[in-house]
Amino acid sequence: MELDRLVFTFFNVEIAREYWPDIVKGFVITVQLGLAVIVTGLALGLVLAMLRSLQRRALNLLIVVYADAFRALPALMVIIILFFAFPYAGMPMSAFTATWLALSLVLGAFAEEIFWAGIISIPKGQYEAARSTGMSRLQTLVHVIVPQAVRITIPPLTNRTIAITKGTALGSVVALSEILGAAHSASSLAGNPTPLTLGAIAYLVLFIPFVIFGRWVETRFAWRR
Amino acid sequence: MDVILQQFFNPAIAAKVLPYLMKGFGTTLLLSLLVIPLGLAGGLLVAVLPTLRRRWLSWIVIAYVDFFRAFPPLVLLLFIYFGAPFLGVNLPAIIAVAIGFLLNTSSYYGEIFRAGIESIPRGQWEAARSTGLSWAQTIRHVVVPQATRNVLPDLISNTLEVVKLTTLASVVAIPELLNAARNAQALTYNATPIVLAALIYLVALWPIVRLISRLEHKAVAVR
Repeated sequence: MELDRLVFTFFNVEIAREYWPDIVKGFVITVQLGLAVIVTGLALGLVLAMLRSLQRRALNLLIVVYADAFRALPALMVIIILFFAFPYAGMPMSAFTATWLALSLVLGAFAEEIFWAGIISIPKGQYEAARSTGMSRLQTLVHVIVPQAVRITIPPLTNRTIAITKGTALGSVVALSEILGAAHSASSLAGNPTPLTLGAIAYLVLFIPFVIFGRWVETRFAWRR
Repeated sequence: MDVILQQFFNPAIAAKVLPYLMKGFGTTLLLSLLVIPLGLAGGLLVAVLPTLRRRWLSWIVIAYVDFFRAFPPLVLLLFIYFGAPFLGVNLPAIIAVAIGFLLNTSSYYGEIFRAGIESIPRGQWEAARSTGLSWAQTIRHVVVPQATRNVLPDLISNTLEVVKLTTLASVVAIPELLNAARNAQALTYNATPIVLAALIYLVALWPIVRLISRLEHKAVAVR
């Protein structure tokens, strides 16, 4: 009997049938948001790491301050600032934009540090050899340094990217109807936690492949200590 | 410019809400002191179990770790917090936070400790065992101390993430720093409390970020 009650509460078929379209809508938003964050965050990190390798002192200082600040600030704090504080400056933004921008800035900071660690791990001789063949600084960076650096940065980058992309769930705090937001409001409406169970399953379906991929990548591209 | 100053860096409001925010920051620290030891202990257990070399045990551990790393921590927290009453258990928010954080952070700490334990050469195990140390003694006196030293930068880095993660407790109305800031913002109709809270996080956590950067760059330089 107890088990029946548990199933009736957490896996109520009728409620699941009624609310699963909401969860699917949330799923689509989570996927869009996640992809947007990954693309902008990684691109931002890579560009900043490349700029940093130009060794302009003022520019380096700015990049380091940015990377440090966004590694120190909790992601939810950044989302709250963008969503609740910026309207006071006459710059309101949607929940989607605020979450996307916040997570991109955070991922950008971590990615910059990881790419930078990769770039400085490439022996100086590679740089000098490339330059001496007549390549420009940019060509050296694009064709010689970055391709080698990216390879060793893949394991830490993959794990960090997964962790930050999971932060899309934080959007629910500013009322974004991604999976968690949709599941939470549906379960309040239904007076039953089944939509939350559906939401949890949706996250597992979405992220388990990435976690397993991350595990594989870690052994495949392992840093030699 | 004046408007922005008034809305974001209002000195009068900052002075008024600072004591309240510092109290929130105190709660953040207490919360961290609760969840970090829990996560470390859980992670150590998760990492040590596979060294017993029982295949089924290793599979359970991998399933556990991957399962809880796939869940966004906020999903876990809300599931526990809002699900428990339906089981007839009225869970205080702080207990829900402790359980959610234990499940989430023990998976991450577990992966780090595992990497550390795997970095210990087999000879260390064999030497320890051959001197008559039991499995538990070997783990405790030989393997874990060296493993911990090898992965110290990762442990510190993850601990910083856990401290930042305590902001999630604001969602279940635990009055930590972010929660305090949002209450103060709602009361004052002004963004200054939020900006001030961000500054407090920056001042408190920046030294740790610097430390991590230095440790990581040192690790790169050694290779």
